[in-house]
Amino acid sequence: MAAVTQDTAVSTGRITRTFIYLVLVLFALFYLLPLYVMGVNSLKPLNEITGGNMMALPSQWTLEPWRSAWSTAQIGVEPTGLKPYFLNSILMVVPAVAISTIIGALNGYVLTKWRFRGDTWVFGLMLFSCFIPFQIVLIPMAVVLGKLGLAGTVPGLILVHVVYGIGFTTLYFRNYYASFPTELVRAAMIDGAGFFRIFWRILLPVSGPIAVVSVIWQFTNIWNDFLFGVSFGGTSQPMTVALNNLVQSSTGVKEYNVHFAGAILAALPTLLVYIVAGRYFVRGLMAGSVKG
Amino acid sequence: MATEADFRTRLQDWLPKLVLAPSFAVTLLFVYGFILFTIVLSFTGSKMLPKFTWVGFENYEKLFALPAWNTAIVNIAIFATLYIVICTVIGLMLAIFLDQKIRGEGMLRPIYLYPMALSFIVTGTAWKWFLDPGIGLERIMHQWGWESFSFTWIKDGEMALYTIVIAAVWQTSGFVMAMFLAGLRGIDNETLKAAQIDGASNWQLYRRIVIPLLRPAFLSAFVILSHLAIKSYDLVIALTGGGPGRATEMPATFMYSYTFTRNQMGIGASSAVIMLMTIAAIMVPYLYAELKEKK
Repeated sequence: MAAVTQDTAVSTGRITRTFIYLVLVLFALFYLLPLYVMGVNSLKPLNEITGGNMMALPSQWTLEPWRSAWSTAQIGVEPTGLKPYFLNSILMVVPAVAISTIIGALNGYVLTKWRFRGDTWVFGLMLFSCFIPFQIVLIPMAVVLGKLGLAGTVPGLILVHVVYGIGFTTLYFRNYYASFPTELVRAAMIDGAGFFRIFWRILLPVSGPIAVVSVIWQFTNIWNDFLFGVSFGGTSQPMTVALNNLVQSSTGVKEYNVHFAGAILAALPTLLVYIVAGRYFVRGLMAGSVKG
Repeated sequence: MATEADFRTRLQDWLPKLVLAPSFAVTLLFVYGFILFTIVLSFTGSKMLPKFTWVGFENYEKLFALPAWNTAIVNIAIFATLYIVICTVIGLMLAIFLDQKIRGEGMLRPIYLYPMALSFIVTGTAWKWFLDPGIGLERIMHQWGWESFSFTWIKDGEMALYTIVIAAVWQTSGFVMAMFLAGLRGIDNETLKAAQIDGASNWQLYRRIVIPLLRPAFLSAFVILSHLAIKSYDLVIALTGGGPGRATEMPATFMYSYTFTRNQMGIGASSAVIMLMTIAAIMVPYLYAELKEKK
């Protein structure tokens, strides 16, 4: 593969370059627009939205919408704010990400370094499960969660997210371990190292980059999930479902500023993860897509 | 002693499979078992709860006679086409432009990409109010002095679907850009230089050489986008709730409402089966080719 940072060979004239910069900046504004609208309007009193201009900066800055969205806004029937749902999401996402990533790493290790007859089929079946429309499993999942007594609980949601997440985590680790020299594993085997010892001492220490990809991917997907949350959340609904309930509530005055503050609260964890570690994620994904 | 060593080597032989087995079993049960269950349900007269009274193809006949399902099919066809085409065009254009030794690339790239980190519910909320004629874009333009400006798509049964396209393109086009950019950076510069020496113009260079070389990126983008399009449930719920009326009904929203709120589980199951078959028709050949290649 050619170096990632190489310059392009195409030369362009001054007018073309101006045009290119113009288009790039216009698109940057397009992508930033909703974030600006949410940010600015979450810091205004409501009458400045209903009686003013959405693009204008607040003339009277206030944190009241944020306080309301976090702790007092009406979600469904309870005036609890988004706080309890935020906690639900945290309690759900941390174990689900950890478990699915660990399982994915072990699966990827087996599928590349301990190959057996039919392993491609096993992987293929697991891979296809990443791409099914989840509508096809909603009904039986509801039945099974009910039978297990996990319907409407955080452990139930963790189970669902682990089950439908291991396809992707296995994919990531498998592709990553595939390029790790198998000779090193062979050598360790000859030296008498066992299955877990090889994984622990040889594979795991080099797994940093792909673990980052897997964790970010799972964190974003699970935090942002709405379908499973709304179907199986019950009394332990995650943040996305609560935000939707807040925004769609048909009773009373529509508090746009509170809605925007709530939306930013729901976006904050994934945005933070993206800002802190996004570069590694893009790098990892790009490496994958070039290969694929 | 000998038997113990024997046992240990045997265990070592079996250990990898034992480690993989739970994942495989879970996949078989929760994915393929559940698919089978839903397929069976789609041939039963289930209403509020699953029950196993065989009705043959009755649910499918009913399904395709329902105006709501036909609206959903037409909508997903329009939405998916526009979404895939526009995302690909914007993604390719931005990638090619960013690849021209642009100053500030490091700043622009994260701006294009960050929407992908957000939930569709957040995206939907932002666009729902921004496109609302009462407080959003239309009013902004009026206040800036463009009195005759009118933008009421989100309230208009004919046009509401296109607001979903706008929000969805906003969310994913940057991601498509990243895929194309990765493809562009993987192209060997010598090929391009040779073509330029032969007198090819920039336009010819891209049309004849670069874009054909990006075939794998096009394919990946198509697969990912069509997969996201058919799953589009959250965005519709957050942005339009399927309305106004049923104007923006999609298969995903149809399935949910028929199964869980209208107590027509049989029909809901049959719509889910149709969705699965559509996705499988796209995904299976792609995955098969990918796996065969890597073997």
